[in-house]
Amino acid sequence: MYQYIIKRVLLTIPTLFGAAALVFLLMRLIPGDICLVRLGGGGASFDPKALIACHAEIGVDRPMIVQFLDFIWGICRFDFGTSMWSGKPVSTEILARLPISLEIALLATSVAVSIAIPLGAISALKQNTWIDVFVRIFAIGGIATPSFWLGIVSVLLVLDITGWATGTPWMPPIDYVPIWKDPIRNLEMAILPAITVGYRYAAVSMRMTRSAMLEVMREDYIRTARAKGLINKIIINRHALKNALLPVVTLIGIEFAFLIGGLVVTEQVFNLNGVGRLFVQAVQNQDYTLTQALVMLTVAIFVFTNLVVDLLYGWLDPRIRFA
Amino acid sequence: MRRLLFGFGLALALPAVAAEAPKRGGTLTYMIPADSPPSFDGHRETTYATVHATAPFYSVLIRINPDNPSSSDDFVCDLCTAMPKPTDEGKIWTFKIRDDAKWHDGSKLTADDVATSWAYIVHPPVGVLSAREGTYTMVDTVTAPDANTVVFKLKFATDAFLPALADAYSYIYKADILRKDPHWYEKNIMGSGPFKFTEYESGQAIRGVRNPDYYHKGLPYLDGFTAIFAPKESTRVDAIRADRAAIEFRGLPPSAVEQLKKADGDRIEVQTSDWNCADVLTLNHKRKPFDDVRVRRALALAIDQWHGAPALSKVANVRTVGGVVFPGSPLAPTNAELEKIAGFWPDIDKSRAEARRLLKEAGAENLSFELISRNTDQPFKYIANWVIDEWSKIGLKVSQKVVPTGPWMDAMRTGQYEAISEANCQSVVNPLLDVQKFLPGNVSAQNYNGYEDQIQVDLYNRMLREQDPAKQRALMREFDTYTLDTAAHTMVTLWWYRIIPYQSYVKGWKISPSQYINQDLATIWLDK
Repeated sequence: MYQYIIKRVLLTIPTLFGAAALVFLLMRLIPGDICLVRLGGGGASFDPKALIACHAEIGVDRPMIVQFLDFIWGICRFDFGTSMWSGKPVSTEILARLPISLEIALLATSVAVSIAIPLGAISALKQNTWIDVFVRIFAIGGIATPSFWLGIVSVLLVLDITGWATGTPWMPPIDYVPIWKDPIRNLEMAILPAITVGYRYAAVSMRMTRSAMLEVMREDYIRTARAKGLINKIIINRHALKNALLPVVTLIGIEFAFLIGGLVVTEQVFNLNGVGRLFVQAVQNQDYTLTQALVMLTVAIFVFTNLVVDLLYGWLDPRIRFA
Repeated sequence: MRRLLFGFGLALALPAVAAEAPKRGGTLTYMIPADSPPSFDGHRETTYATVHATAPFYSVLIRINPDNPSSSDDFVCDLCTAMPKPTDEGKIWTFKIRDDAKWHDGSKLTADDVATSWAYIVHPPVGVLSAREGTYTMVDTVTAPDANTVVFKLKFATDAFLPALADAYSYIYKADILRKDPHWYEKNIMGSGPFKFTEYESGQAIRGVRNPDYYHKGLPYLDGFTAIFAPKESTRVDAIRADRAAIEFRGLPPSAVEQLKKADGDRIEVQTSDWNCADVLTLNHKRKPFDDVRVRRALALAIDQWHGAPALSKVANVRTVGGVVFPGSPLAPTNAELEKIAGFWPDIDKSRAEARRLLKEAGAENLSFELISRNTDQPFKYIANWVIDEWSKIGLKVSQKVVPTGPWMDAMRTGQYEAISEANCQSVVNPLLDVQKFLPGNVSAQNYNGYEDQIQVDLYNRMLREQDPAKQRALMREFDTYTLDTAAHTMVTLWWYRIIPYQSYVKGWKISPSQYINQDLATIWLDK
């Protein structure tokens, strides 16, 4: 098992290097540069000398190979440099946004898991009944509905309902307060995005749970368990569900990793100052250093999540653990 | 300097505020409709996100009268004691600096601070970036002969100087800090303005509290403010409705304002103003057939501005038909004058017939080309869709390519375009400098048409130095006609329109023709 983990960790090195080279080149293929966006993006006029000074200041006037080597050397030292946009260390910029993204991802995952696994299992166990049909419609609805649309509609609904009921329209706060400072205000802000994101996430996981459960319930060992007289509850909880969860765990892991930096639109809809919004800003502003760092962070999160999922496989399936 | 005040129809739009006595206290929460600015340094940035976030912390030398911000020449002192009269035939401006102004760290603000800040704006040292250095080409030196006097010596006298001096980004910084580290103000805030900086949450919000030592006694009225960065329009509309924030100071489109008024009409006030931002259609003179003045003129003649304006104003932040000068300015054309210029003829059938004739004569009857537009709804996409439809009426086939800001700017600067939709957005109404955008690229870095024209440059230089109002106006009329008609170098379509809806308890703020000015919040109070 240890050898397996070491092998997996070592494999991340070429993955990270490939991602680094790719993002470095792709960013520079986009026409324009950060100084143009910074000085003229607002529509205002600027002095041409300012453009030259800006290029020199952020180092984009150096040869590209020098910039690339600088970037790679930075990665080797875990130093991603400073944001070309704000001039602050990239780590500071990302760490300021990580808590809200992490919180939404965790809450959305909790919402998804608490809905998907029980409903998916029930749907499989009550196959072709009205319960199954209802759960499937609920799941397809979640997959078909874009989170950003659901977000916009949910805010408008909350505004209209509270306005009608109390005379004073209410919506979640638009500025983030950490949970340790003001838990109620924090949850007021986080709960609606967590539900809207979690619904789609739950829908996908629910369908996966259902199909995995249906497959497992037809396995020989379930038939054997029934034949030897085990009660249904033990068969489902101990034998069926645990085995059916293998693909579901993979899906949850991948979705969780995606949520850390992938809540691009949802973060905009709810004005969440998260990593996804930072990602969009970095690309729009053509902030090479920040975009590169965010891509590397996303790659690292995916690699790490996949590693955790593999370890969970070992816990869920002894055959993997003892192999 | 003439003191012609013009209201741009503003009086009708302003809520009744005159009779109310200001109340003290409270915290104003407002939104900045952008992502966080690159830095806090007003001298180096051009985005309104910087000025909306940091103007409350700083003083300036002079400014547009906060009680009359729609004016183009009602300038008042902020740090000076009285508006001076120039000497040496308009080339020497001597400002006396008030001696009761203090920095937020408690130290005294002196003339040296003012002169050093201005010297950094006008002639930045190597390695220091000043976005508006080119605006101050008329300034020779800025000095502080004593602790209370600042002297601006100009290379030539011009009416453009005083409005340029009232620029909202020209914060006064502490000279000691600037000399020690000219980049300090990019990441730090320490001013002498009505509010003291308390907190910045990267990418999310900035906060300030009342400066008890503010030199304008009795101001500010607020205890503090919180500014939240909220780039998405729907969030801002919802937030005003739910009173998560009281106002945003850039502007919302008519549909959003309608939505707010419909939902909470009695709690929402609206102020409107013409905006010192003109939509500009730029043709690449280096690409055929746009090197032919007949083709450029035909394209202008095909657009029905007089009928397009009222229709577009229902959906987009545009309203007024105008030439190169801000409508309502004393230098702007009257409608009768404008109607003589190609693209503004009142009879659109006659105009389009002439356009077809010119295209035929130029051999460009079935012309097809691409118009590059910026991926910003308001108002770029609306304008682009409209003009494409207008051009189709004379048989042109024009496609639209919508690109993000970076590639959009790159296309203009590298000349990789046929036609592009852009804007000329300026601060304090200062037509003599604002029209620099329309000068050839070898003179004005803001011009991307790709032509050279000494006749136009000479005309401009005469106008810049002319101080007789009547002669100056005549020269500007000549410049307008030459630029848009005779040489048809560019096309000005519609002028933008600023619409600010806000919670009715916000008092004491008056709209101006620019989102950059009157943003120090000192006169705002909350009627709660």
